[in-house]
Amino acid sequence: MVQTLDELIASSPLFAGLPSAHLELIAGCGSNERFAAGTRLFCEGAPAERFFLIREGAVALEVEAPGRGALSIETLHEGDVVGWSWLFEPYRWQFDARATVPTATVAFDGACLRGKCDADHELGYQLMRRFAASLIDRLQATRLQLLDVYGHAARA
Amino acid sequence: MPLAPEFPAEAPGAMVPAPFVITARRQETADTWTLELAPRAGTRLAFSPGQFAMLSAYGAGEVPISISGDPDGGGALIHTVRAVGLATQAICRARRGEVLGVRGPFGRPWPVAQVEGADVLVIAGGIGLAPLRPAILTLLARRERYGRLSLLYGGRSPTQLLYTAELEEWAARGLEVALTVDSAGPEWLGRVGVVPRLVARAGFDPARTAAFVCGPEVMMRFTVVALAKAGVTSERVYAAMERNMQCGVALCGHCQLGPTLVCRDGPVYRWSELERWLTIREL
Repeated sequence: MVQTLDELIASSPLFAGLPSAHLELIAGCGSNERFAAGTRLFCEGAPAERFFLIREGAVALEVEAPGRGALSIETLHEGDVVGWSWLFEPYRWQFDARATVPTATVAFDGACLRGKCDADHELGYQLMRRFAASLIDRLQATRLQLLDVYGHAARA
Repeated sequence: MPLAPEFPAEAPGAMVPAPFVITARRQETADTWTLELAPRAGTRLAFSPGQFAMLSAYGAGEVPISISGDPDGGGALIHTVRAVGLATQAICRARRGEVLGVRGPFGRPWPVAQVEGADVLVIAGGIGLAPLRPAILTLLARRERYGRLSLLYGGRSPTQLLYTAELEEWAARGLEVALTVDSAGPEWLGRVGVVPRLVARAGFDPARTAAFVCGPEVMMRFTVVALAKAGVTSERVYAAMERNMQCGVALCGHCQLGPTLVCRDGPVYRWSELERWLTIREL
């Protein structure tokens, strides 16, 4: 069954539960975009003007390390959000994002959405709440990753 | 549900190491080997999934190692061992034909029979897959008695994942397998991230799910939080614990955890029995 953009956005974990008026505002900043395997959604240092909601596929967040190539920090999958740098100055990507398999996304215009949040603070508050929950989830996972728990003597 | 003997010291093979010959040896990762052992005399060791044995490399020391073979297998005693200390390094160095000492089996196993009818989520981190392998083999051997069977498995990097050759075979037999690693290069097309992040995506019905968890304790704590968030209560979560097991027969007290002894009352616990002791740092 083919879903409209509004339906896709409404059914995503990030936007679930928002009133239809807000969903319409958000959908007005989004468009479908597909990425072939191996292509980049964005590159480190480039202006961060958009973010992506993954509909299908997978995206690796990577950092280029001299002599070691592209190191994958995390992979993101269906329902995940790719990109936070559009939210805060200086609006520059901190990492590379690469589709590891053919990937379908909803791409959002960050400046468009920031403008709507400035005009409608309730929308801004609801979005910030949702992005904060996603950020905390990913921050906690990153902290666990940093512990390198498998590097020490575990069950032998 | 104590399935281990009430007085494990009286069990045959509990106090004196029996000589076992290494019949096969396979390197799993850079520092981990799987050994197959056969008794030099007598019959094979019967065990339940999740139990451990005390392995001794003569002259180097004795260590508790989970049994990772097939309980229904009727063949060799199988252990997967990571070389992290003097005794485990000596065990991993031992060649085919050499003799190791074996005491056991000890401990309370995974409740594979008790969870019949349920969906079973097996969650492993690093070498924590080794103690779960017998449970997976048992679940698959009785596949029709369970609902969905899923394995969520994570490791430090792609080259440190265990039993990679077997994972496809398990998937073909009805186990849904999701893998993740903490870090990887561009050649890895799978997931990168921590094991608890897989829980929300596993897509199970929490009311009919039992979870078996084994890995580093920090990873297990985060995993239980993710399970609770997904609706699986701690009464339905079982975890294999590791402490300083020395005698294996509940006499020395080195492996005390709260009012329990891991060698006798564990290594597999229901999480609800355990959680309050894990918040006391002095334990």
